Amino acid sequence: MPSIKTDPRVYMIAGGITPFKKRYDDKDFRLMVKEAYDMALAEVPRLTPDRIDGAVGSYFSDHFTRQLKAASMVQDYLGLCPKPSKRIEGGGATGGLCFQSAWEAVASGRMSVCVAFGFETMSRVNTWKGNEFIALASDTNFDFPVGGFYTGYYAMMVRRHMHEFGTTAEQMALVSVKNHANALYNPFAQKPRRLTVQEVRSSLMVADPLTMLDICTMSDGAAVCILADEKSAERFGRDPIAITGVGSGSDTMRMADRPHGKVPLLPHERAADYRHLKYPGVHSFRGGRMAAKLAYEMAGITRPLEELDFIELHDAYTSSEIQTYEDLGLCKYGEGGKFVEDGHPFLSNVDYGLKLANPGTLPVNPSGGLLACGHPVGATGLMQAVFAYWQLQGSIKKHMKKETLQVWNAKRGLIHSHAGTGTYITVTVMEKP
Amino acid sequence: MKRRSRKSSETVLYGLDPLIIRDPYEIVYRHSYAQDSPFFAGLTKGKLLGSHCPKCRVTYATPRSHCYRCGGATKWRAIPKQGTIHTYTTCYYGGEAFLDETPFILVLVAFEGVETLFLSRLIGARPEEVRIGMEVAARFSSTPSFRVTDVWFEPKARP
Repeated sequence: MPSIKTDPRVYMIAGGITPFKKRYDDKDFRLMVKEAYDMALAEVPRLTPDRIDGAVGSYFSDHFTRQLKAASMVQDYLGLCPKPSKRIEGGGATGGLCFQSAWEAVASGRMSVCVAFGFETMSRVNTWKGNEFIALASDTNFDFPVGGFYTGYYAMMVRRHMHEFGTTAEQMALVSVKNHANALYNPFAQKPRRLTVQEVRSSLMVADPLTMLDICTMSDGAAVCILADEKSAERFGRDPIAITGVGSGSDTMRMADRPHGKVPLLPHERAADYRHLKYPGVHSFRGGRMAAKLAYEMAGITRPLEELDFIELHDAYTSSEIQTYEDLGLCKYGEGGKFVEDGHPFLSNVDYGLKLANPGTLPVNPSGGLLACGHPVGATGLMQAVFAYWQLQGSIKKHMKKETLQVWNAKRGLIHSHAGTGTYITVTVMEKP
Repeated sequence: MKRRSRKSSETVLYGLDPLIIRDPYEIVYRHSYAQDSPFFAGLTKGKLLGSHCPKCRVTYATPRSHCYRCGGATKWRAIPKQGTIHTYTTCYYGGEAFLDETPFILVLVAFEGVETLFLSRLIGARPEEVRIGMEVAARFSSTPSFRVTDVWFEPKARP
C-alpha cells in the first residue's frame, strides 16, 4: 500500500521555456516541449530520468493541434513512457491547472517527482480562424452563434466595469504600456514594445473599448516545470522554491448566467466595503476571488498587497488585469483602474515614459505577461511559474541576460491563470523556502 | 484511370524546408438541442422561453432545465420580450465565421423579474447610440434557422 505523507509541501525544482513566437515552422510541439524540458533538466543534473515518477501535460485546443492525444506524443518523445501521464485541459487556465495537477500528484504522495509540461501551436491557422477556435470554448448553442468572439465578451465585461466603477480606457492602456515595456528586457517575450497610452488607444479597434494593443496575440511555445516533494527537492534541487498556496475557482459557462450576490470577503475586507455592489455580475471574476481566497488561506496570507512581492497574472486583455487586481484583493473592487494609474503594479526601475506616483508597490507581470510574452495557451500558466521561480531564486539575470526585471528580495510571488470569461481560474503562491 | 478534380484532398505546398502542406478539415455534425429544444422551437413562434425554478422562485433568461441553486427541475416560462441593455460592445473583428458580418453589436439584455441575462445582437442602432440601460425589444426571424440568432434585439420604438 502506498504511504500517505504527513508533510505535503511541494517544491518546484526546475523550469524551462522556449521563447514564445508567432510561429515555429521548424519545430513541432514535441520538439518545443523537449527543448523546454532539456532546459529544465540541465538545472538539476542529479535528477536522472529514472527518478521522475510521471508527468502531466497540457494543451488547450484539439482544433489547433488537429491531433488528439498530443500529450501522449510528448510523453513518448520525452522518453517518459511507461510512467503515469495524463492531459489537463481547461481553456485559458490550462497551464495553471496543469501546474496544480502536478502539485496534487506530489502533495498526495502519489509521486515524488512530477513533470508538468504544456504547449500550444496556434500558428497552424490564421488569426481569425484561431479566434473562432477559441470562441468554441463558449457555449456553442447560445453564445458562439451570436458572434463568437472572446474579445467581444471581455469588451462587454469591462464596459460594465466602467459603468459600475468609472474605470477608463486610458487606465486599461496603462496596463498595455507597462507589460509591453517590461517585455523589452525579457528575451523570451514575443512582442516587446515601447508604447504610449495614445498609441494603445489609437491602434485598431477590435471590440469597443478593446484595441489591438489591449489584447494578447496568438503564439507558439512550450514550458516545463518539475515539481518534487521535500526529500527529492533536497536531493536533486539546487535552489528549490516552495509552493505554499493553491486555490482555484469556477463560474458559469455563459457570462449571461452570472448571478448578483455578495462578495466573498478576504480577511482584510469588510462587508461594509461592498454594501451596494451586486457581485459578480459580468464586471468581476467570482472564480478568481474564490481561487485567491483558497490560495491565501493555505499560504496564510491576510494582507496580499503587503505580503506578496510580485504577481504574474493572466492579462489576456488589459481589462482583465485590472479586474484581477480586485479579485486578488490588491485593492477594493472598483479601485483597479486607480491602482494602475497610481503606478503600484509598475516596476520602479523601468522607464515607461510616464509620471507615476507610486511605482513598484507590487509589480504585476514584470515578465510582460500574456500581452507581451504571448499566450500559447497550454504553456502560459507554466511560463508564469517559470518566471516566478526565477524571480524567487533571484536568477533573472542568469536566464534573461539582464537583471532589469529582477524584483529585489522577492520572497513570495503569486501566479494566476484564467479561462474564458472566468470559467476556471487558478491562483498559486510560491515562496523562497 | 479515374480523373481527379481539384479538391481539398489535393496537396498544396506552402514551403519546402521545412516541408509545409495545406491540410483542410471539414466536418458535419448531427447536433441535438436535446432538453433545450423547446427554446429554439419557441423562437419560431416569436417566444422567448426562459426557465423558472418554482422552489427558488428564480427565472433564468437563458434556459437551463435544472436550477443551479437547488438542482431541481425547472419549468419553461416565457420571459418579457422587452428589456434593457446591461452591457454592450461593437465588434469590428471576429471569429472567421463572423468576419463578413462585422461590425456588429453584441448586447447582454436584462429583463424585469428575471435573474440572469441574455446574449444577443442589437440591430437598428449605430454603435455611438448604444447605452447601458437603453430599452430594447426582441425581434424574431420569419425564416427560422433554428439557431439562437433567430432572435435579436432592436431599440424600443419611441412612442
